Amino acid sequence: MTIDPADRVTAPRLDNQDSALFGQTPSQTVGPFFHYGLPWKGGADLVGKSDMGARPELFPEDHYVLNLSSPTGTPEGEVIEVAGRVIDGHGEIVSDAMIELWQANAAGRYASDDDTREAVPRDPHFVGFGRASTDADGVYRFRTIRPGRVPGPGNSLQAPHLALSVFGRGLIKRLATRLYFADGEGNDVDPILNAVPEARRGTLVAERKGDGSWWLDIILKGDNETVFFDL
Amino acid sequence: MSDVIPYAREDAGSPPSLFPDYGSTVARSPREPLIRVPQTLTEVTGPSGWDQLMGPALADLTTQHKSPPLGQRIIVTGRVLDEAGRPVPYTVMEIWQANAAGRYIHSKDNWDAPLDPHFTGAGRVVTDAEGRYRFITIRPGAYPWGNHKNAWRPAHIHLSLLGPAFATRLVTQLYFPDDPLIEIDPIANAVPMPYRQRMVCRFDIGVTEPNWALGYVFDVVLKGRNQTPFEEGQHDH
Ligand SMILES: [Fe+3]
Repeated sequence: MTIDPADRVTAPRLDNQDSALFGQTPSQTVGPFFHYGLPWKGGADLVGKSDMGARPELFPEDHYVLNLSSPTGTPEGEVIEVAGRVIDGHGEIVSDAMIELWQANAAGRYASDDDTREAVPRDPHFVGFGRASTDADGVYRFRTIRPGRVPGPGNSLQAPHLALSVFGRGLIKRLATRLYFADGEGNDVDPILNAVPEARRGTLVAERKGDGSWWLDIILKGDNETVFFDL
Repeated sequence: MSDVIPYAREDAGSPPSLFPDYGSTVARSPREPLIRVPQTLTEVTGPSGWDQLMGPALADLTTQHKSPPLGQRIIVTGRVLDEAGRPVPYTVMEIWQANAAGRYIHSKDNWDAPLDPHFTGAGRVVTDAEGRYRFITIRPGAYPWGNHKNAWRPAHIHLSLLGPAFATRLVTQLYFPDDPLIEIDPIANAVPMPYRQRMVCRFDIGVTEPNWALGYVFDVVLKGRNQTPFEEGQHDH
């Protein structure tokens, strides 16, 4: 603790409404107590109607005020399960993290007005956004659709990937990363993977387990540290 | 086909991931530098059907239970803007906070302050066409935490915004004016001065409603989109 009240600099007190200060609102941690405010029941299930993603055991039942997700139908494509542990710099699991997912649909189209490619179909049943709390074992888990390929810079085509954000106590800023699939078409020419030193690319590539699910640990710090992006 | 117009990078007010005064950052911040990659369609798009996922707005945190919660009723309003001052319309802001005594409804918050059965402290609003939002809550209390001896978090409301794109995702905290704890709080202090003050709302008598609630104004500024396409080699440091 180096912030000593005795040393504090008295600065002119400004606030959010001072035009001289106008600029990006700084990031702050979600802290340890976000579970009743952010991850809604079903938020980690982008395909069906399960309760995946929330941890309602962490607060009284009558204080669950978030809405249930209400999928209107089944999206097109191969249903996959993606999971992994979040691990800190001491090798310990992080049971109070939250992972967010953003991805294209099976055809490789984002459910966003800023993806204007008419030729690639949107899927009315797939939003492509989800949230998963890590559980008591530090594991995040999503059920989703295997995404198609989307364009990259120039004429390149990206390999299938999920964009992930990591939040948690001790994370002042979200950490942005990606998940690729070990058998993904185009991994070898993917422009983002190729921007990562070869020795570290494996930290972004999920492996298929015996039960068919995909597994990728997110290592916040230390040996085999996950690659995080400066967007 | 797809050279996209990227969003701006962090400005000078952005905190570091590692800020040892905030002890939990030490084991949880990457040791390796972040790897800079070009923004692609992935980073410049974001969910537009979020209401399909999260459902309708919950703008009044004081009417979610049988009786009103204890505490000072407040109105928080403002705009969500980009760096050019343009409104960000129809974007979601999620809200969560402690009760008036500084206690969270969360089972892992075991501070010895009373729970309020009439207050959960979670809500969600959507900006209108001009980027405006407004919610009603009670002013949260300060609370102690274990970071260092006699550590207290200043009163704050947690805010979560998606914005238009993966690149604009923001989670922040709103602080209140004239709170002496801000200056000695490691989490707020991770943001250098003067930018820390971007997280301090302003009391506004015009927003305040007679015989009902105090009003505070707080604008959220998300990363803006550059006007010109990204050119390789234009790296800033
Ligand atoms: Fe808090």
